[in-house]
Amino acid sequence: MASRLTRSRRSLLAGLGAAAAGLSFSAVEGCAAKRPIGPNGEELRLNLYNWDTYIGDTTLDDFKRTTGVEVKMSLFSTNDELFAKLKAGNPGFDVIVPSNEYVTRFRIAGLLESLDHAKIPNSANLLPAFQNPPFDPGRRYSMPYTWLVLGIGYRKSRVDSVPDSWKWVMDSDRYKGRIGVFSEADDMIELGAKYMGHSVRNIPLDVIDQVAKMYIRQKPNIKIFHHDEGQDLLAAGDVDLIMEYNGDVAQKMLEDPDLDFVVPREGSIINSDCLCIPKGAPRPDNAHRFINFILDARNGAAIYRKIKYPTPNAAALALMPPDYRNNSVIFPPPEVMARCEYADFEGLDRAHLFDETVTRIFAA
Amino acid sequence: MDESWEKAKAVFATLGVAPVAWLVGFFLLPLAIIWGYSFGENSSLTEISVNGTLSNYVHAIKPLYLGIILKSFWFAALTTVLCLIVGFPVAIAITFASPRTKGWLLMLIMLPFWTNLLIRTYALMAVLRTEGYVNTGLGVVWSALSHLLALFGHPLGPFHPLDLLYNNFAVVFGLVYVQLPFMVLPLYAALDRLDRSLIEASLDLGAGQLTTFRRVVVPLAIPGIISGALVTLIPSIGAYLTPDLLGGPSSLMIANVIERQFKTANDWPFGAALSFLLMYMTFLAIAVQAIVTRNRTRRRG
Repeated sequence: MASRLTRSRRSLLAGLGAAAAGLSFSAVEGCAAKRPIGPNGEELRLNLYNWDTYIGDTTLDDFKRTTGVEVKMSLFSTNDELFAKLKAGNPGFDVIVPSNEYVTRFRIAGLLESLDHAKIPNSANLLPAFQNPPFDPGRRYSMPYTWLVLGIGYRKSRVDSVPDSWKWVMDSDRYKGRIGVFSEADDMIELGAKYMGHSVRNIPLDVIDQVAKMYIRQKPNIKIFHHDEGQDLLAAGDVDLIMEYNGDVAQKMLEDPDLDFVVPREGSIINSDCLCIPKGAPRPDNAHRFINFILDARNGAAIYRKIKYPTPNAAALALMPPDYRNNSVIFPPPEVMARCEYADFEGLDRAHLFDETVTRIFAA
Repeated sequence: MDESWEKAKAVFATLGVAPVAWLVGFFLLPLAIIWGYSFGENSSLTEISVNGTLSNYVHAIKPLYLGIILKSFWFAALTTVLCLIVGFPVAIAITFASPRTKGWLLMLIMLPFWTNLLIRTYALMAVLRTEGYVNTGLGVVWSALSHLLALFGHPLGPFHPLDLLYNNFAVVFGLVYVQLPFMVLPLYAALDRLDRSLIEASLDLGAGQLTTFRRVVVPLAIPGIISGALVTLIPSIGAYLTPDLLGGPSSLMIANVIERQFKTANDWPFGAALSFLLMYMTFLAIAVQAIVTRNRTRRRG
């Protein structure tokens, strides 16, 4: 109950980041002892910058055993933190894990090294849907690590029927005072547009305005605008319906069988966290080897068994137990997924417009 | 004091170098950079060109943002008044406690600072949430009462948990909880210096307890009240963790907007302009305090 603050990909750490004003610029190389040089001429080291609870139990040890490369993993809690840390110059990271929209931001800002596909033969393991995504045509800068889809997490005993429409969180008073809406500006506006039958990309100004008005109308029914800790709010009984990522709710469902998740029939936003090599990575060859290692079927399966996020890796998926493969929360039905899209980074002016729109909603 | 300063200039100067360098290097300089940003615009995703534009300030004084600043000020003022109401009796109790107890009481006031603000806020969430300690406790009492009344044929209805978290009440409650020590300490400092014989004289000469409090204690504690109010008010206006974690759909405060500019929205110039707008207002508050204090001393002197 009250103390249900289990760690998830980005909850408590996000708060701690916020407490420290989110920005720190420490060098990661630090004064750790020098490691010997490997056969590829690079020091046997790798600095990985990853989300919390987002790696297999033995993945890093396995990599060291196979290659002799010691991985030092640092954690970030939001894409913004990751971007802020790298925009002032790479402090020594070799591999980072931004979400698709930030892959675009990093790419536009010229902060990514292009990938040498000859060094990543395991990319053949990827499902076809992930081999040529719109945010990185030809996978020149990123390899998919996981994907996520936003939907509605809910408490089965407290809803009348499966809440399979965004209506129940955005545009209805049926669950008054028991609704949590994701406070991220772009997700809020884009999903609002999706509910109104528009694509999540290139939303016209008048639709943005309608979406804002809809949320303002809905505010008396909304309990909280949350920061991706929706699964905790749901588990603690603070809300009964919550906009959240499938993987986050899937992790919680293991503890609380009364929870479930649905991707609304109007469709939703797909996100994909990707492995990238930032510009100025001190050990690019080790970075390629690490990415190739992760995309290996067995190594990948070990990770997904632990983190319960959907995998973009066909070979790893084949090794997974049926309760993962046939889990409709981790893998929502294909007819629903067909109506989901990637959002896109559409420039800073757009980002500012979205931000001001949600400020308007919150302040109303 | 002046004499020793004259005599030992070199010593003072040497001792002063480190803190001054610290202040300049880690406070004034970064602040100046942010101030510079407030006159710039984003030229790309990673660069800001400082070109002297006032557009950020023009944007910042839109009614939308002024409204949020006003609301933050209102939250902060309410917090300050509540802290004063709760803090004054506490400060008096500490002042008049025995020296031994006084030490303990002061330590209890300081104790919360031993824990990080974030952890304390999460703890508060555990207390206030729907299935938190308060509601669970009330639920137990309620059902016991219900069982008791059932014996007389009048059972109570089911217990509806109170909405204590994710609303404006929770924000003000959290702010009072966080800021209270900052109000108590200056009040205590002012009251502790108070000449007890004045209170005795007042009581002796026929003023009641209440009159003595109103006409003697409060006026003498004014400097403590003003500094307590300022150190409560100013951080409360800029609070962002508390509204962020405890607030509901309408608990947005200006610091949350500023935080977003430096993070998701990636609009540092606008965030800088909002920050400085807030800072100009803070300076104004301090100036008002200085003028009030000066007038008082002049009247007395």
